[in-house]
Amino acid sequence: MKTVLGYYKKYIPVVILIGLFLFGNAMCELALPGYMADIIDNGVIKGDMSHIRATGLIMILIAAGSSVASIIASLLASRTAAGAARAIRKDLFEKVTAFSTAELQQFSTASLITRSTNDVQMIQQATTMMLRMAFFAPIMGFGAVIKALQTSVPLSWTVAVALGMVLVIMGISFFLIFPKFKVLQSKLDRVNLIMKERLAGILVVRAFGTEKKEEKRFDIANMDVTGINKFVNKAMAFMLPSLTFIMSGVGILIVWVGAHMVEANELLVGDMLAYLQYAMHVIMSFLFITMIFLMIPRAAVSAGRIGAVLDVEPSIEDPAKPERIDSPKGLLEFRDVAFKYPDGEVNAIEDISFTAKPGEFTAIIGGTGSGKSSLINLITRFYDVTEGQILLDGKDIRSISLTQLRDEIGLVPQKGVLFSGTIADNLRYGREDATDEELMEAIRIAQAEDFVSEKPEGIYTQIAQGGTNVSGGQKQRLSIARALVKKPLIYIFDDSFSALDFKTDKALRKALSENVKDSTFLIVAQRINTILDADQILVMDEGRLVGKGTHSELMQSCDVYREIALSQLSEAELERR
Amino acid sequence: MAEMKQQRQAPGSRPKANARPGGPAGKMMPGEKAGDFKKTMKTLIRYLAVYKIRLIIVFLFTIGSTLFSVISPTILGSATDVVVKGLLSGGMDYGALLYILMILLALYVATLLFGVVQGWLMADISQNVIYTLREKMSDKLDRLPLKYFDTMTHGEIQSRMINDIETVNQSLSASLTQMITSFITIVGILVMMIRISLIMTAMAVLVIPLSMLVIRVVVARSQGYFKNQQAFLGSVNGHVEEMYTGHDIIKAFNREDESEKVFNEYNDKLYESAWKSQFLSSLMMPLTGFIGNLSYVAVCLLGGFLAIKGTISIGNIQAFIQYVRSFNHPIQQVANVVNQLQSTAAAAERIFELIEAEEEVGIGQEPEQEVELEDVKGHVYFDHVSFGYKEDEPVLKDFSFHAYPGQTVAIVGPTGAGKTTLVKLLMRFYEINKGAIYVDGYDITKLSRENLRSMFGMVLQETWLNNSSIRENIRYGCPEATDEEVEAAGKAAYIDHFVRALPQGYDMPINEEATNLSQGQKQLITIARAILSDAPIMILDEATSSVDTRTEVMIQQAMDNLTKGRTSFVIAHRLSTIRNADHILVMDHGNIVEQGSHEELLAADGFYANLYNSQFAES
Repeated sequence: MKTVLGYYKKYIPVVILIGLFLFGNAMCELALPGYMADIIDNGVIKGDMSHIRATGLIMILIAAGSSVASIIASLLASRTAAGAARAIRKDLFEKVTAFSTAELQQFSTASLITRSTNDVQMIQQATTMMLRMAFFAPIMGFGAVIKALQTSVPLSWTVAVALGMVLVIMGISFFLIFPKFKVLQSKLDRVNLIMKERLAGILVVRAFGTEKKEEKRFDIANMDVTGINKFVNKAMAFMLPSLTFIMSGVGILIVWVGAHMVEANELLVGDMLAYLQYAMHVIMSFLFITMIFLMIPRAAVSAGRIGAVLDVEPSIEDPAKPERIDSPKGLLEFRDVAFKYPDGEVNAIEDISFTAKPGEFTAIIGGTGSGKSSLINLITRFYDVTEGQILLDGKDIRSISLTQLRDEIGLVPQKGVLFSGTIADNLRYGREDATDEELMEAIRIAQAEDFVSEKPEGIYTQIAQGGTNVSGGQKQRLSIARALVKKPLIYIFDDSFSALDFKTDKALRKALSENVKDSTFLIVAQRINTILDADQILVMDEGRLVGKGTHSELMQSCDVYREIALSQLSEAELERR
Repeated sequence: MAEMKQQRQAPGSRPKANARPGGPAGKMMPGEKAGDFKKTMKTLIRYLAVYKIRLIIVFLFTIGSTLFSVISPTILGSATDVVVKGLLSGGMDYGALLYILMILLALYVATLLFGVVQGWLMADISQNVIYTLREKMSDKLDRLPLKYFDTMTHGEIQSRMINDIETVNQSLSASLTQMITSFITIVGILVMMIRISLIMTAMAVLVIPLSMLVIRVVVARSQGYFKNQQAFLGSVNGHVEEMYTGHDIIKAFNREDESEKVFNEYNDKLYESAWKSQFLSSLMMPLTGFIGNLSYVAVCLLGGFLAIKGTISIGNIQAFIQYVRSFNHPIQQVANVVNQLQSTAAAAERIFELIEAEEEVGIGQEPEQEVELEDVKGHVYFDHVSFGYKEDEPVLKDFSFHAYPGQTVAIVGPTGAGKTTLVKLLMRFYEINKGAIYVDGYDITKLSRENLRSMFGMVLQETWLNNSSIRENIRYGCPEATDEEVEAAGKAAYIDHFVRALPQGYDMPINEEATNLSQGQKQLITIARAILSDAPIMILDEATSSVDTRTEVMIQQAMDNLTKGRTSFVIAHRLSTIRNADHILVMDHGNIVEQGSHEELLAADGFYANLYNSQFAES
């Protein structure tokens, strides 16, 4: 909240200016009923036509002044709200971009997206509203009260009574109706959740013949939401006419009480009419003020959520004085590495030491939760080691700049992530200046040539956001090609082959070993087939390295490895190797 | 924490603030239009017509309360006249004043009552209609042929069930009565004004085209900016979503700077269009306000002049001012309502399209001669079957084969070869074009879908579990199973051990995205579910890509338990499964290219042999 408020500091002079213009606006509006009273009392009743004309002219000028002031205030308010929102949005985006994986996990990607989009939008809307209403309503209300008091002090109790009643109604709705809005939202979420589940599971539902059951489940949620919706709608249907009733009712009071005062010469008729209008202004302003109070908590929630992101510092940053590796070779060494997730109680991996050499395939295999992906994430510094060190060409990776480190690495993640743009745009992610020929070469090695050339626009085919117009296997192959275009020293394949069928997997590995000779390869795999030929296989189990060697060595020495191998291939097949 | 709750909101259930993007924009922008406005409205009215009597009451009460509120300024004005007369004549007629004020009070009370009753009835009607629409959609989901889901994404269907319903809901609860109110107010005020003074009315009405013109100009000008704002907001949000989800890649490829550059471009453009549209829309109030004030002053001047001449009274001036003040509002409202009705029609049209979509063949009508198959042996026979997802693209051509009771049929082929097609035909998710499929000698189209599908158990690659306890999920297919049976199935599927280690064991609720279980665990639970269903024919998908190797062993064993003694169709990925299968169907590009046993197929030296050997060829 505080962090977000900070963005408005530089707007303070503008905000004061807006206040002044709105003040002028309100004063002009409030002056009009007084002139009307003047027309009635000194013009109509006395029969002075020229007085009416002169007063009318003044009124037009005042009305024009009121509008001009209001327009200027709007202009300033719009610019302020949009400007602050732009600054907040920019900083949020840069902050999140700078975050390391740990912070991303902490907030969750979905939540960060909401915070950067909906929440900022909410703040912008709230700011505009606040700048106009939050100033205008109190000024108007206060001014109207002053005017009313100036016109007649004894009449004022009528307005006080009306305000009291408005307060009671608002109070009731605040405590009875508004909490229900929250309930309504959660019930709606429930309806939508069930709907989504059913859509996703349409095959299963039909296969198990549980249509009736699902329909009933939905029906219960539907009835729930209908019930609460009826309550909320009815409550609102009661509240709004009641407020109108109070506002009109106060008119009756004023005329009745006013009539007595007019007779006693304590009040002019025109003033009584002006008073009626002041009373309306007072009550309307009061309503607006309560609406603002309803808006503040929502905006505050958004501001809090945004502030929470801005206040977090990325845990992984460049060293103060980064060293440089002058002619990098791609020799990667893990030295007694241990790593614990920020919220973890035990180490995700520990005691990991190995060396991956240029020109060699290093494969990592092991069960879920055995720490394969954790190990991989340390190399790109998505997370930092908690003990030991990782060395690139003999230098601790924490001592060189993130940019240099990541420049040397070609990562192919578990899930093929592509961005909107053409296939060529995506492939050039790692190297802007790659030629079309180089792109085609990478596509060939990645076994993506078939489907890319099938497309009429080839590498200039547009990829939809989220890569929804290519299949999982195609995405995977394109993200392999993307890493190849970069020509890095170290390739990391994080379980990237599992979305491919055996045949493609095989062809891809063959093409890789033929075409990319001097790089260091790290391959996380599930399928034993994928890694049979690796120069070095690391077997992970429960965060520890339980085996290291080639396939035939490990078949002899490592039980975990044998178990995995035998579950996938028969003895005969293993012997054929 | 409130914060956490908000994050969880599904994309469909946007927070209310965003229901109409861009605040006032929602009101000013004419929404999308329905293809056939008339037809859609007719259908919508059919839904409303159920509540005919209540609706008539609503209409009468709305008309009543609006008329009362139109008359009351005149009566208040006559009260003022009594006061003025009292002042001029020196003797206040309190009796007359009290009489008038009491009438006024009665009118106000009546307005209040009519308003409340009308609102309550309307809340009932609109919510009942919405309930019915939701229910119809829900029932429809289970009656649509699967083909329907091929032509429409889940997102589209979801948006109909969530966003479109919400649009119709808002419009039903407000627009309908607003329409009536605005119309009657306009006519009523005109009549009342003319009654007071024709000249003054003429003058006040002259102002209307002026303010309409201003509104038009402002709306037209700001609409471009609003469209831009929506577009750039879309670009910003799209970029944010993409970059946040691809965060790792952005980092690994050192693309932070480029990404920020693109973002700043969008953000700047958004800023420009945002403040301009915001400003233009806020221009409306001061401008129409000024015009309103002009007529206010004009009324004062002309009214004062006429009052001196004695043509009208001061009370009339007061009433007239009130009328002029409240004249602009309903005109604007009519414009809003017209816009809203259009987007409502568009939303309603999409809803009706779903509700009225063609249903699966034979739903709702009994098959001519229904046979209830019990004690199924599991003999499946495809008899010269032809099928295509699209009319002109046959996937299966004259395809025949037998699967005898207890046999395992493996379906193999490269990714995207259409291996699930057979399964979908077997369970009659799609209708075949030619030929017939028999189970134990009975044509499956002669069986009820319920009966047919109860013969199958299945484990798919996508592990669909719902937001209830593990126990309920296992019991999904047979709700009458006892806890002991559930746990026995759990043991057979090798989940008993890890489930018991969970905080609430079998009663642990699976969360919304089922993220509190690993992929492998979920797969095992679906196997347990299939085991419990004890169906005579099993359908299995072996693809377990994101499962670790040790869990895979368990899954393999659990699947073996499952297929024992049952006819099973396995979408096979594991060579051992393929080799041990009694019959292999080889698929490529949606066609069955070969079939036979492992040895036969190797001997044929065709597609299968090639596929198999590529596994073990030397590199």
